[in-house]
Amino acid sequence: MNQKIIIEPVTRVEGHGKVTIHLDEEGNVARTRLHIVEFRGFERFVQGRPYWEMPVLVQRLCGICPVSHHLAAAKALDVIVGAGTGDGLTPTGEKMRRLMHYGQIFQSHTLHFFHLASPDLLFGIDADPAIRNIIGVALKHKDLAVQGVMMRKFGQEIIKATAGKKIHGTGAIPGGINKHLSPEERDMFLHGPDPLNIDKMIEWSVAAVDFFKSYHKKNKDLIDNFSVFPSNHLSLVRKDGALDLYHGVLRAVDANGKKILNDVDYQDYLKYIDEEVRSWSYMKFPYLKHLGKENGWYTVGPLARLNTCDFIPTPLAQKEFEEFKAYTNGKPNNMSMHMHWARLIEVLHAAEMMKELLNDPDLLEGELVVKGKKQYEGIGLIEAPRGTLFHHYRINENDQVVMANLIVSTTNNNQPMNNAVNVVAKKMMTGKKEITEGMKNAVEVAIRAYDPCLSCATHALGKMPLALYLYDKDENLIDEFISQ
Amino acid sequence: MAKIVNFTIDGKDCIAEEGLYLVQAAKNNGVYIPTLCNYEGIKPKGSCRICTVRINGRLMTSCTTPISDGMKIESNTEEINDLRKAIIELLFVEGNHFCPACEKSGNCELQALAYRFKIMVPRYPYTFPQRRVDASNPKIIKEQNRCIMCKRCIRAIKDEQGRSLFAYKKRGHKSEVVLDPVLGLQMSDELARKAMAVCPVGSILVREQGFIQPIGTRKFDKKPIGSEIEMSQPTK
Repeated sequence: MNQKIIIEPVTRVEGHGKVTIHLDEEGNVARTRLHIVEFRGFERFVQGRPYWEMPVLVQRLCGICPVSHHLAAAKALDVIVGAGTGDGLTPTGEKMRRLMHYGQIFQSHTLHFFHLASPDLLFGIDADPAIRNIIGVALKHKDLAVQGVMMRKFGQEIIKATAGKKIHGTGAIPGGINKHLSPEERDMFLHGPDPLNIDKMIEWSVAAVDFFKSYHKKNKDLIDNFSVFPSNHLSLVRKDGALDLYHGVLRAVDANGKKILNDVDYQDYLKYIDEEVRSWSYMKFPYLKHLGKENGWYTVGPLARLNTCDFIPTPLAQKEFEEFKAYTNGKPNNMSMHMHWARLIEVLHAAEMMKELLNDPDLLEGELVVKGKKQYEGIGLIEAPRGTLFHHYRINENDQVVMANLIVSTTNNNQPMNNAVNVVAKKMMTGKKEITEGMKNAVEVAIRAYDPCLSCATHALGKMPLALYLYDKDENLIDEFISQ
Repeated sequence: MAKIVNFTIDGKDCIAEEGLYLVQAAKNNGVYIPTLCNYEGIKPKGSCRICTVRINGRLMTSCTTPISDGMKIESNTEEINDLRKAIIELLFVEGNHFCPACEKSGNCELQALAYRFKIMVPRYPYTFPQRRVDASNPKIIKEQNRCIMCKRCIRAIKDEQGRSLFAYKKRGHKSEVVLDPVLGLQMSDELARKAMAVCPVGSILVREQGFIQPIGTRKFDKKPIGSEIEMSQPTK
């Protein structure tokens, strides 16, 4: 009998979605889909607004990574106010923004790993959901939970010092930044009492990477084989090939490491990237035009970034990067659960970058804003915690936005997440008549590895529960799981 | 020399020069009476009614009422504060006020009053009116979604011949405050900045200056509206 399983809502991710799994008459997985069921319409309702509102308005897409939207919009508007494409700002403007961004990467990645993902690793995928959560982690692994909370707090404090508020600040403005860092703030971050100082953050970041590597050694089958499929990978890289989360050129590699997008200027992204709309999801499917819809999809995020870049320009993270690359003999890593490993290496890189920036005197003084000849179109890209984020605006002669296109990280990961769901569902559910909690969570674990923000992706409002339903061949609901 | 008169506000003995508007007399005695359409230096209008107080038993606007000897004024009472709160809530539901993306946030008197009166959710339904953004002037943007029709700009922003650059247009619920399309073109940068400062909300915006003031340095970031009066020493 054909069946259809639906997981709705998916939990411990941000946003709202559902998974449907169709089984054929033999009980094999015939088809899977990750549906994103929210709609929001940011791209439409920003039309008519003055352009300088965009960094503050559009960041309301998200409460976890508002800084990414804030900065991507500001970078697009840098072009519009004639400040160039990323490297035309004053040293203070660029470095304050970078500090804000690395604070954001640090807090968002630690939130993801410690609060959302670690319960699966610490308690097991099929553990009782009453224990398998951050409260369970706090009760059984207090030190780890405290580290997660304090690391996130440090990142949030960096954001507050640079953007004015921990969530939804106003620091980045077209052409620069609206404030300096005060010497008191700098000293607090550099030399504040434990644990809230940068050296402790670096120490804990190293420990977090070690924790993952140690877990990996003991759980090779889960980490290496849970969800593996060949994928293209796309991200920004610095012009010299270094990992750069704030600015760079667009690079993509295929599953074997061959460059399929060779360090192109992202102002031309429309030449290379298109989006496909499918009737069953509000989230679009981006792809590389020259490879077509079938083969042009790609992965973004920590794993993709470490697959595309040549090196990491901070010493401790570079050391970890070399070990990470050696594990796949230098080839792109296509193991979904290794996303966590890559994420923690980026946490370490972000901590090292914050230390470097905090010691830079340009943060304390210097010109904040630069402007030049007005343009009427601007594109801003940034590597958000979850991957490459595109903001594209056009304005009219009255400074009003007439077009906005946002391709957020999770949208870029739409096809890979669908593939991961498919791989895991086939592995866990083939021939099974009932869905167990463990099976359902396994599908969520695959999605969770991508750290998706489904609210962001559809520009939608709300929490991110996801449900699972099981349908027979006649589309009758025969089983369901709904998590809140 | 002006005559000094005695009066009370909520039982507190106060003195002031006779004829001073009550809102100013109260301020000189360290008593804050909330205002919105009133602006120091321009003739009071009494249109918003936020400054309503009860004087010898009658509800009156304190921005337009001259002080006189023996007045017994009730201001900070549950009944009057609820009336004020209701007016603020009406202003919020009547327009489209979205503080999170408004560049006047932190400097906005309407927002500051809402915080002072602890308004969480308005008691009235939102009307979500269809309003326009007039971005045609080279110096300023007139954001009609946020205009509360206080007339401050009409009264305060004038050219050298005393002509108002702003004026009412249309009638009834379609009324709006607009910038004169001819006089508006002669607006100086200084006058544009003054217009934005005079506007109690985010309805008049100087172009390309949004969010230039960091959070933490805005007018109401650290102290609620009126607190500077309440913490001040009474002056005669």
